[in-house]
Amino acid sequence: MLLYTLKRLVYATPVAFGVSVVCFLLVHLAPGDPLSAILPADATQATIDEMRAAYGFDKPLPVQYLIWLWHVLHGDLGISIATGRPVLGEVSRAVVNSLILASVATVIGFTFGTLFGFVAGYHRNSLADRAASALSVFGVSVPHYWLGMVLVIVFSATLGWLPPTGAGPDGSGNWRPDFDHLRYLILPAVTMSVIPMGIIARTVRALVADILSQDFVEALRAKGMDERGVFKHVVRNAAPTALAIMGLQLGYLLGGSILVETVFAWPGTGFLLNAAIFQRDLPLLQGSILVLAMFFVLLNLLVDVMQTALDPRIERA
Amino acid sequence: MTAPITAASLALDGGVLAAEDAAPEAAFVPSRGFWGHVGHRLVRDPVAMAAGAVILLVVLIALLAPWITPMDPYKGSMLRRLKHVGDATYWLGSDELGRDMISRLMLGSRLSLFIGVTPVLIAFVIGSGIGILAGYVGGWTNTILMRTIDVFFAFPSVLLAIALSGALGAGIFNSIVSLTCVFVPQIARVAESVTTGIRRRDYIDAAKLSGASALTIMRVQVLGNVVGPIFVYSTSLISVSMILASGLSFLGLGVRPPEPEWGLMLNTLRTAIYVNPVVAALPGVCIFIVSIAFNLFSDGLRAAMEIRQ
Amino acid sequence: MSVIPDAPDPFARDRGGPAQPLLSVSGLIKHFPVRKAGGKKQVVRAVDGVDFDVLKGETLGIVGESGCGKSTTAKLLMGLIERDSGTMLYDGQAIGERAMPWRAYRRQVQMVFQDSYASLNPRMTVEQSIAFGPKVNGVPGREAVERARALLARVGLEPKRFAGRYPHEISGGQRQRVNIARSLALEPRLVLLDEAVSALDKSVEAQVLNLLLDLKAEFGLTYIFISHDLNVVRFISDRVMVMYLGRVAEIGPSDTVLDAPAHPYTEALLASMPSLDPDNRTQAALLQGDPPNPIDPPSGCRFHPRCALAEGVCAGKEPPLDAIRPLHRVACLARQPGSGHSAAPAEALAA
Repeated sequence: MLLYTLKRLVYATPVAFGVSVVCFLLVHLAPGDPLSAILPADATQATIDEMRAAYGFDKPLPVQYLIWLWHVLHGDLGISIATGRPVLGEVSRAVVNSLILASVATVIGFTFGTLFGFVAGYHRNSLADRAASALSVFGVSVPHYWLGMVLVIVFSATLGWLPPTGAGPDGSGNWRPDFDHLRYLILPAVTMSVIPMGIIARTVRALVADILSQDFVEALRAKGMDERGVFKHVVRNAAPTALAIMGLQLGYLLGGSILVETVFAWPGTGFLLNAAIFQRDLPLLQGSILVLAMFFVLLNLLVDVMQTALDPRIERA
Repeated sequence: MTAPITAASLALDGGVLAAEDAAPEAAFVPSRGFWGHVGHRLVRDPVAMAAGAVILLVVLIALLAPWITPMDPYKGSMLRRLKHVGDATYWLGSDELGRDMISRLMLGSRLSLFIGVTPVLIAFVIGSGIGILAGYVGGWTNTILMRTIDVFFAFPSVLLAIALSGALGAGIFNSIVSLTCVFVPQIARVAESVTTGIRRRDYIDAAKLSGASALTIMRVQVLGNVVGPIFVYSTSLISVSMILASGLSFLGLGVRPPEPEWGLMLNTLRTAIYVNPVVAALPGVCIFIVSIAFNLFSDGLRAAMEIRQ
Repeated sequence: MSVIPDAPDPFARDRGGPAQPLLSVSGLIKHFPVRKAGGKKQVVRAVDGVDFDVLKGETLGIVGESGCGKSTTAKLLMGLIERDSGTMLYDGQAIGERAMPWRAYRRQVQMVFQDSYASLNPRMTVEQSIAFGPKVNGVPGREAVERARALLARVGLEPKRFAGRYPHEISGGQRQRVNIARSLALEPRLVLLDEAVSALDKSVEAQVLNLLLDLKAEFGLTYIFISHDLNVVRFISDRVMVMYLGRVAEIGPSDTVLDAPAHPYTEALLASMPSLDPDNRTQAALLQGDPPNPIDPPSGCRFHPRCALAEGVCAGKEPPLDAIRPLHRVACLARQPGSGHSAAPAEALAA
């Protein structure tokens, strides 16, 4: 098992490198000089040259990449142009908020998704099954940021039960797990949970239906096992894949939360990314994308290892 | 020792041969062909047909929009802002600049469909090409191509789309480019796995034995078998693409005002949710309907394509 | 005679005359690397030194249990996988070299696979599948289709009914006929049949075997017939080759090998066939010991752990494939004079 984990780690390294290259190049994709975002339009040539040297833009691209990579590996993601504070600090704070939101959303989505999925899988072609299928189609088809807007309209603007934006009553950048802050979490988390709910419901339904149709289940029942026992077997068989999907969804939500965070002004990485794009704050943009992508790579790795640990059928060689 | 098979024991040849040939239906029914079978089954699927009808309707509206909008989609009136649904003049209300919602939504379907569908089409061609090549040739080519694709898979698609759009800048062209980049890896991966599954089959070996070149085999024998599954997968991506594309416009990274596009309209109407929530939500309803229609149709297509032995 | 009226006579392509073997294989070796946990590299010795000839106009049967290397040998002969070492001569010319490049070789040698469904492209009609080979080799489309239809008729499938059908719309026996028709489309001289009738019902199998015999006579074909069914092999083959664990155990005229087997393995194979005669029931299996492992074959004679005649010398020396009569070769120390085995004859047996 340990060997397998190490192997996967080694395998993930070139991917991580590739990711860092893409992140680095993103900034240089933009037409025009990266400097033009930083300098005022009437800067003199001398100033421009000075800034260029200071930022290292006068060096060839591969060298710039290596310098940047060197800094990154030492924990230095640069200074945000907009706020003047270190990027790493900004991103770390935002990541915590996004993680909270994504985790809660995933848990909600997973719980209800598996519930619906199990019900649908056990009672195939019944009303419950059709309802669950409808729900999963809904989940993957609805534009989630629009759903957020609708929920805000219903629960905030019309009913006034829940706050429309922000993470806390004082507009603070940090979310604390106390009752005041909980109200702010509900709408964004529910909104975000819809996507994984749909996908997980669909997957679990297929898994459960497939497992129940297998011969060994019939054999168990013929031996006189009660439904609770059979249920435990079904769970054990479905667990590896279901948990793997959940892990992947968590990663996806973490990286893809930007739209929902924008709707709710939730101070997470997505919100930060949005701000960075519009302010052309390139170090911040680069830094946040890198952190998010690395999280995703790490998460994929964890999911992979966990799935292998749980599922005895997968070869560990 | 068991009795050897003699020619005499095989004399039942003639009779059994005739019996075997008579087993299929007596009347000769012309074979439908693969896509004929798919179409035949699809037509009998009410959900898929309904979804297909919705898609057709939206496409028609999009094509004819410039001529069938009841009012000018660009002309606004500050006096008649944010009228509610059911208004005498503006049946579905008016937006924050007084423009008729029906006309805006109709015209908006053009751009929304365009930036939703085009990236998937382009990605289908490029992704299939890469994936089929990697799948058929195998070996180092496969490894290099697929590892490169894996790097893009390391990004969640929303993040990648927004990051690319953010880097390239706003605009329709840039949105299409960044969305295409998001979908090419996904389609390539599916194409590669389908092709690898087919590569080892006996009929490909038989085709190799006839002396055909690799390219010919790919074109004649492999393509017909892999295009189907890849195509179905791609149609399932259209709804994702539409949501992402309108999401980009929602963030201000896609279509720019005053062009009507459903995502952009959601953005500009956001401020109106306290005053006129229903109108503010309308563009999202449109996205939702089209997205569901594509998903249901794609599901129906997949179900129709399973070959029954 | 050929399907096309004015096509060249297949015998006209003959180079070396009737005495020269059509196919001559010696020292054929193919090992497959196997990855095992722990890093130790091991190989599966699928084909480990195989020699045999295929004479013009004959049917050579190849028999053996699963894992003996029959199918791998077939794939090596067709060039679907690359051999590690060994020579293969077609009508005296080395295959793959300039005189006989693979492309030319493939116009003369074709193969029929076991799985009739998997060997046909599910998206192509029967006639398209048959016409593919000729088309790819320069035959104009119209003519290729004509040839396909003529072949369909020749194998007993009415073109009007079957030409436009898809593989999933016809039965297993019909599919195999289509496969045979396809193999003949390029007018080969040698056809390899890899378990071609194994998956068919008995009555259908009989028809297809008869068809194969007819076609062989009509087109002057040579067959290599791979099968695990000894009865079928006896019926259709002129000579038989018995393989065990990647090597040839015995090769000779089919009646001789199957009635008076020289190799203990052949004897055991024949004895283990269930008997329909109630007075002559099969009692106990002659084969003892564990089934073989192609990764780590036994030393010396590969069959010695399961052989009733095994002695000490058998574990030490790998028996060569020597003739004990003209045209009958055996790889067994007990049959070869002067081998050191106690049962070995003093001198070679008379013909």
